[in-house]
Amino acid sequence: MAIHVEHEIHERRKGRNFGVLGLLLGLVVLGFGLTVVKVTELGDAKKFESFDRVVRPAIIPQEGTSQ
Amino acid sequence: MTDTTATDRPYEASMGDYFALLKPRVMSLVIFTALVGLLVAPVPVHPFIGFVGVLCIAVGAGASGALNMWWDADIDSLMKRTAKRPVPSGRVQPGEALGIGVALSGFAIILLGLATNLLAAGLLAFTIFFYAVVYSMWLKRSTPHNIVIGGAAGAFPPMIGWAVATGNVTIESVLMFALIFMWTPPHFWALALFVKTDYGDAGVPMLTETHGRDVTRRHVIVYALLLVPVAIGLGLTSIGGPIYMVTSVVLNLWFVKGCFDIWRRDDAAADADNYAVEKQVFKVSLYYLFLHFGALLVQAALRTYGYGGW
Repeated sequence: MAIHVEHEIHERRKGRNFGVLGLLLGLVVLGFGLTVVKVTELGDAKKFESFDRVVRPAIIPQEGTSQ
Repeated sequence: MTDTTATDRPYEASMGDYFALLKPRVMSLVIFTALVGLLVAPVPVHPFIGFVGVLCIAVGAGASGALNMWWDADIDSLMKRTAKRPVPSGRVQPGEALGIGVALSGFAIILLGLATNLLAAGLLAFTIFFYAVVYSMWLKRSTPHNIVIGGAAGAFPPMIGWAVATGNVTIESVLMFALIFMWTPPHFWALALFVKTDYGDAGVPMLTETHGRDVTRRHVIVYALLLVPVAIGLGLTSIGGPIYMVTSVVLNLWFVKGCFDIWRRDDAAADADNYAVEKQVFKVSLYYLFLHFGALLVQAALRTYGYGGW
């Protein structure tokens, strides 16, 4: 039979660990939610491509084209 | 080699102890006033952005509370009201409080800047600096007017909420700031008159102890009178309206009458009725702030349906 000693400090640590888990999950939700809102607020999701750090010739409007 | 036993180790804090560092009761007022500042602004904000904005303001306020507890641990341990706080009671180590305060400050300011705008983030940064450095480190132990100037830190949230929505500082947000700023001294000094404090033991100058209780009574009425034009003036701006104005006039008459009664009597009279007037004015001051901001919210809600406003 395994030795199992529960001390009050274990409860406290467990609470802290779950607290940190909750905070990390909250952070993920915040990051994801903000990304969704910011992208959808652009109206045209294609505009999001212009945040790219490298030049994307495909999204630069060309003269004489309807884009 | 050192002999380290379990009893030598510092107490391991629980999540609740860390949460207590953030002064949750102060935070609730911050959340309410910031939310009103955000909702009464004429620019609509996406609900999730608004939520993140208010969350950042609340976390920033909590962070400054943690920094304040770190800095004031020595005097907190000397006063009955604050001796049970996490740092002076030994449940949280001072270094932990400092770390949490700095980390949460950075988190709240950066996230607010990314989610909303740089002005709101800058105002939040200044608020934290003002509370942690200007109030806690410079003023609190050096002048009995600490509560007046330090009150500015508690007055910024609606201004930041407004900046989250509009990206601007305007007369409306300045007057919301001024309303809390001018309200803090009479609210606090009414309390100081009937609560037996031990600030003196901790070397913190309080007006009741440095200049006497009669001077404090005079300060209560002076600040209450200075508060009136601010409250009424706010009603004349774009976020005011008839409902706010009626609420404000009634509350100001009620509050000034109470402060006038405080000024007219002395400690002998106060002792006779167990500080009934002072206690009543303190209670009214709580309604005063809550109902002013509540009335602003009602005006904003009516405006969306085409009613209210000037």
